[in-house]
Amino acid sequence: MLGTVESGEGRLPGPQIGAAHTEGIVLSAEGIVKRFGALTVLDNVAFALSRGEAVGVVGPNGAGKTTLLSVLMGALEPTAGSVHYLGQNVTRLPAAERCRVGIARTHQVPKSFSGMTVFENALVAAQHGGGHRASEAYDRVVETLRLTGMLRVANRRAETLGLLDRKRLELARAVATDPKVLLLDEIGGGLTDGEAGELVSTIKVLRERGIALVWIEHIVHVLVQVTERLVCLDSGKIVADGKPRDVMKHPDVVRAYLGSAVG
Amino acid sequence: MTDSGLVVARWTPTSVTFTVAGVGLLLALSFLPTVASPATLDRMTTLFIYVILAATWNALAGYGGLVSIGQQAFFGLGAYVTIRLSNAGVNVYTAVVVAPLIVALFSLPLSLPMLRLKTSEFAVGMWVVAELIHLLVNLDPLIQGETGISLIALNAYTVDQRNALTFWIALAAVAAVLAILFVLLRSATGAGLQAIRDNEEAANSVGVRVVTVKRIVFVFAAAGAAIAGSLWLATAISFQPKTYFSAQWTSYMIFMVLVGGLGTFEGAIIGAVIFYAIEAAFGSMGVWYMIGLGAVALLFSLFLPSGLYGIFGARTGVQLLPVGYWLRDTKSEPAVGQGKAAEA
Repeated sequence: MLGTVESGEGRLPGPQIGAAHTEGIVLSAEGIVKRFGALTVLDNVAFALSRGEAVGVVGPNGAGKTTLLSVLMGALEPTAGSVHYLGQNVTRLPAAERCRVGIARTHQVPKSFSGMTVFENALVAAQHGGGHRASEAYDRVVETLRLTGMLRVANRRAETLGLLDRKRLELARAVATDPKVLLLDEIGGGLTDGEAGELVSTIKVLRERGIALVWIEHIVHVLVQVTERLVCLDSGKIVADGKPRDVMKHPDVVRAYLGSAVG
Repeated sequence: MTDSGLVVARWTPTSVTFTVAGVGLLLALSFLPTVASPATLDRMTTLFIYVILAATWNALAGYGGLVSIGQQAFFGLGAYVTIRLSNAGVNVYTAVVVAPLIVALFSLPLSLPMLRLKTSEFAVGMWVVAELIHLLVNLDPLIQGETGISLIALNAYTVDQRNALTFWIALAAVAAVLAILFVLLRSATGAGLQAIRDNEEAANSVGVRVVTVKRIVFVFAAAGAAIAGSLWLATAISFQPKTYFSAQWTSYMIFMVLVGGLGTFEGAIIGAVIFYAIEAAFGSMGVWYMIGLGAVALLFSLFLPSGLYGIFGARTGVQLLPVGYWLRDTKSEPAVGQGKAAEA
């Protein structure tokens, strides 16, 4: 399902999302157009994510990857098109409400609650996004901080953290909301091999819990350790969608990356 | 998973002692009218009004990131609605208490447009609102423009009765404002509020209903400024719109919070006490007093942006009225406070 590589000439995976397929689909976007003034950032993008599936999103800078994530999250409203979550149309549902029903994201540039401690950062997420109360929320936060390796700095104010820990905090906060779908925006950028390895094992744990993933990342060799499917965006269009091996060989993908070695 | 010995602490022995002492002090103060002179009561009422102004502006700006320079709108409305209620035959002290509730109701629809504004737009927008309300109040024939009016219904009471009644209402108001704020800041809503202050977009991403949370603190701060205004009227007796709708009230709030410590619960209270002391010492110096206040506020924001309590807290690690959370490992040190065990 959804595994074929499409050619770049406007043949999009949209039509594949027929009635027979929607059953297993947790999050989908159809005909997404996003314009900022005269600039078209997303041009008729269709995308579907199955339950528990992990999809990597690649593409050159400015391809529209983060914008797509923001549309899926509800931080941006699309100019045209619709977003469905568990069969419900959520196109007009604000980000906070989408988080409450089970969609969470991390931000490319970490957006920590700088005046609050790491524990409090995650607690806000567990209380508001996860709907947990009192000790249940505490348990959830401790467990999440442990999973993401942030327990050791639980009482530190977020503003005192380095970039790596602030990225981990992004992940911890998103996980603390108990998501069914997790949207990751370059969470692994700038990591050493060892750190990337830690991140991969953390994300594998999340997958084992049945959380579906959409992960934007430039380092494809890290991405393919966790995802079974890659989507390549270029100039606001999906130019390839399928098995990582096939996608990375696709002529449009190679062209998008200007022939740089990938995969 | 096994018990890791981690507990979430929200109190320390120091903060428990301090909080109990604070509640005890408020209770003891309620007997003050039986022993103190009317002048003392009047001064204490002024201090309580300052604490209310500082605490509510700090809630708005220091915890919610909503920097308003138009809180005089609600201060003035509190006094104006008191005049109107009293004129309509409501008992004058009932009016002093009910007026802030009416102003709080009024602030609810006002929050709809105002909370769509961000940062400096919100700050300036609130000032514009305050000026507009000032002008509208001036149009009321009862107020006679800037001539103003007095709360003549107070004449039914002797000076001693007035001082005692106003003192008690002010004491109850300051206790209520601080208690509500403390509980609010320690709640999930309070954590959401601080998250919005630090990063609104991220707060949205983790499920915080941003506008709802902001509205709660906006209405709370409006009610606080309004009861400060109605109490000020009860002590000053006369109502002149330009005095009550003056931006000076908000500049006092900013001064108190900056000096005490923006975004610290204790700092606002300390700032109010310091402001009160400075006013008592130098208030008679007129223009130079105002210039001095401005200079001190400027120096604090330049060189001591975390305020006196911010520095004290950072240096000593002491928390008197903590609103945050502290994760403790009971295996390496004794448990403090009875936060729920967090098993993992």
